[in-house]
Amino acid sequence: MHIELNVWLFEFALTFYFISAIAGTIGLFKGTIVTSRAIIILTVIGFLFHSANIVVRYIKGGHIPITNLHEASSFFSWCIVLLFFLFEYRYKIGLLGSFIMPIVFILMLSSSIFPREIREINPILQSYWLGIHAILAFLGNASFAMAFGIGIMYLLQEWYLKSKQLKGLFKRLPNLEILDEVNYRLITLGFPLLTLAIITGVIWANTVFGKYWRWEPKEVWSLITWLIYALVLHLRLTIGWRGRKAAILSIVGFILVIFTFFGVSILRKGFHIFV
Amino acid sequence: MNILAVGLNHKTADIGIRERVAFDGSKLDKAISLLKGIPEIKEHIVLSTCNRVEIYANVNNGSSGTELIKNFLVNFHGVSQETLNNALYIHSGENAIRHIFRVASSLDSMIVGEPQILGQLKDAFEFAVKRKTTGVILNRLMKKAISVAKRIRTETKIAQSAVSISFAAVELAKKIFEDLSKETFMLIGAGEMAELAAKHLIQNGVKNVIVTNRTYESAEKLAREFNGKAIEFNTFLHELVHADIVICSTGASHYILLKEQVQKTMKHRKNKPIFIIDISVPRNIDPEINDIDNIYLYDIDDLQEVIGTNIQERNKEAQKAERIVDVEVDAFLKWQESLSAVPTVVALREKAEAIKIEELEKAFRKLGVLQEKEIHIIEAMTNSIVNKLLHPPTITLKEGSEDREELIAVIRKLYGLNGDTENK
Repeated sequence: MHIELNVWLFEFALTFYFISAIAGTIGLFKGTIVTSRAIIILTVIGFLFHSANIVVRYIKGGHIPITNLHEASSFFSWCIVLLFFLFEYRYKIGLLGSFIMPIVFILMLSSSIFPREIREINPILQSYWLGIHAILAFLGNASFAMAFGIGIMYLLQEWYLKSKQLKGLFKRLPNLEILDEVNYRLITLGFPLLTLAIITGVIWANTVFGKYWRWEPKEVWSLITWLIYALVLHLRLTIGWRGRKAAILSIVGFILVIFTFFGVSILRKGFHIFV
Repeated sequence: MNILAVGLNHKTADIGIRERVAFDGSKLDKAISLLKGIPEIKEHIVLSTCNRVEIYANVNNGSSGTELIKNFLVNFHGVSQETLNNALYIHSGENAIRHIFRVASSLDSMIVGEPQILGQLKDAFEFAVKRKTTGVILNRLMKKAISVAKRIRTETKIAQSAVSISFAAVELAKKIFEDLSKETFMLIGAGEMAELAAKHLIQNGVKNVIVTNRTYESAEKLAREFNGKAIEFNTFLHELVHADIVICSTGASHYILLKEQVQKTMKHRKNKPIFIIDISVPRNIDPEINDIDNIYLYDIDDLQEVIGTNIQERNKEAQKAERIVDVEVDAFLKWQESLSAVPTVVALREKAEAIKIEELEKAFRKLGVLQEKEIHIIEAMTNSIVNKLLHPPTITLKEGSEDREELIAVIRKLYGLNGDTENK
C-alpha cells in the first residue's frame, strides 16, 4: 500500500513528540540534565518533521493547511512548539517541557484521529484572509496554551510554598515571580493576536457573507474567550490580580479555547466546522 | 605497609574528652614533632577539629603501631588509658581507607554534607606535607580522599538544600523571587538568628534594607551594620508597603501584625508578594496571614520542618555517596596491591618486551630481506639490552628494603606502569 509523504512526516513528528512527552514525564519524577536535553533534542527533530509535513500539505493542497480538524490541531501544536522554543530560549524555565510537551502530544494525537486526506478547499474560504486570520488565531491560542502550562506550574509551586510541603518538584520548579511574569507575557502576547484574529475574521466574513457578525457558535465562544483574557489583563493592571488568581484565570481561559476549538466544531455544524 | 586511622569524634566522645585531646594551637606542632621521632610510624597526619581528633598513619606493623599511637595520646594529653579506650576507634587497612574517605566527604559528620570538614582535612594534610611527615602512601591517600569528596559533592545532592534556619530562609526567598537584589528587606526586632538570616539574605544579593526596633538606637546600630536605613517602630506598618521580605523577631507577647493590616498593605502593593519569616517565640505575626494570596508566612516551626526534610534528603543521598566510597576504596586497594614487588617486576618486563617487539618489527621492515643469522644477532642484541637494563631494578625491588614501597611507587610512575589505576 502506498502511504503518502505527508502521512509519513506526520507520523514521525507525532512519534518524536510522544517520546519527548514521555521524557518530560520522566523528567518530573527523576529530572536530570539528560532528560531536559532529551526533551529539547526530541522536540526539535519532531518539529522538523512537523514543519515538513505542513509544507508538503501546503504544496499539495495549494493553501495553508488549516481547513480541517486534522490540519487545524496539527497547526495548533506546531505553533505551541514554536513558542515553546522561543520561551525556553529566552527564559530557560526548568521543567517547562514537562508541562508543554504533553499538551502538544495530546493535540497531535487528537489531530491524528481526524481524517487526513487533502481535500479541495471550499471556495468560500479561498482567500488570503484565510492565512492571516488563521495564523493570528493559532498563534494567539498557542500563547494561551503556554500560559496554561505555566499557570499549572505556578499553582503547583505556590501550593508547595503555601502548604510548606517542600518536597517533590519544589526544588526543580522555577520561582513564582518568573512564572507569573512569563504567564503575563504570554497573555499580553496572546490577547492582541486573538483580537486581531477576531477583527480579520469579521472583515473576512463581511467579504464572504456580506455580514460582519453572524452569531455563529464559534464566533460567540471566541468572544467569550476574548472577554476572559480581557478580564485577566484588566484585573492585573487595575487591582493587581497576579499570582494564583492570574494562573487560575489563564487555565480557565485555555479550557474555553479548547472548547471553542474542538467542542464547537464537533457539536455544531457551522462554517468553522473545519477550524 | 599498614594504614591506620585512630581517633575519636562527636559520636564516641563528649565535648569534655574532645577538648582534652584536641591538638589546638602550638600543640599540633609539638605533636607532629614527637610523632616524627617514632621510627615505627613512617608517615602521619594529625587532624584536630572541634568534632574530631584523628591520627592517620602508615606504620610497619598494625598492632604495635596502634599501641604506639595510643600511648602517644595518653602521654601527650595526660588522659587515662581507660577514658581513651572507651572513646577511641581504631581502623586499619581497608577500614582506615574507607573511614578517611567518609570523613573527607563529610559522611561521618554531625550534619552530613557540611562543607567545613574537607577544608580542615586539606589544612591538616598541607601542614603535614610542610613538616614532611607524609610520603607516597598518605600523600596518595589524602589526594584521593579530597577528590572522592569532590566527586560526591558533584554527583550526589548531599550538600544541597539548606540545613540551617538562615539558609532555609534564603532558599525559600529564591523560590518566591527571581532576583533578590531587587527586593526590599525589612528586619523587625533583633536577635542572633534574625541577624544571621539577614546577613545571608544580604550575601545573596538583597540591597535595600530597612531595620526597625522598639529602641530606635538598636535599629540604627543594626542598620549601619547592614548598610540600610532605620525607621521608628511605630511607622513600620506604614513602611511595610515597600517590604518584600520581612524577618520578625521581637520580644512582644502578642501579635504585632494582624491579618486586616496586612490585607490593606497588600492592596497598596497591588498584591506584590511578601515573604514573612516570624522567628519570634511566642509568634509575633498572626498565622492566618498565610491565607492571604501572595503572602508566604513561615514561623520558626515551619522552618525547622523544612530543615528536617532537607536533612532526611541528605541522608538518602548519603547512601549513594557510600556506594561511591566503596568503589573508590576498591580502586585504592588495587593501587596499594600493585605496590608489591612481583607485579611491578612483571609489568616492567612486559612493557620492555612490548617495546622491544615493536621496535624490532620496525627495524626488520626497514632492513628488508635478511639472513637467518642476521636476524638472530639482532634479536639477541635487543634481548640483552633489555635484560641488562632491567636487571638492577629487578634485584632492588626483590631485595625488600625499608623504603621498598616508595621505590616501587617511583618506578611505576617513571615507567608509566600505573595505567588505568592512575587517576589524575
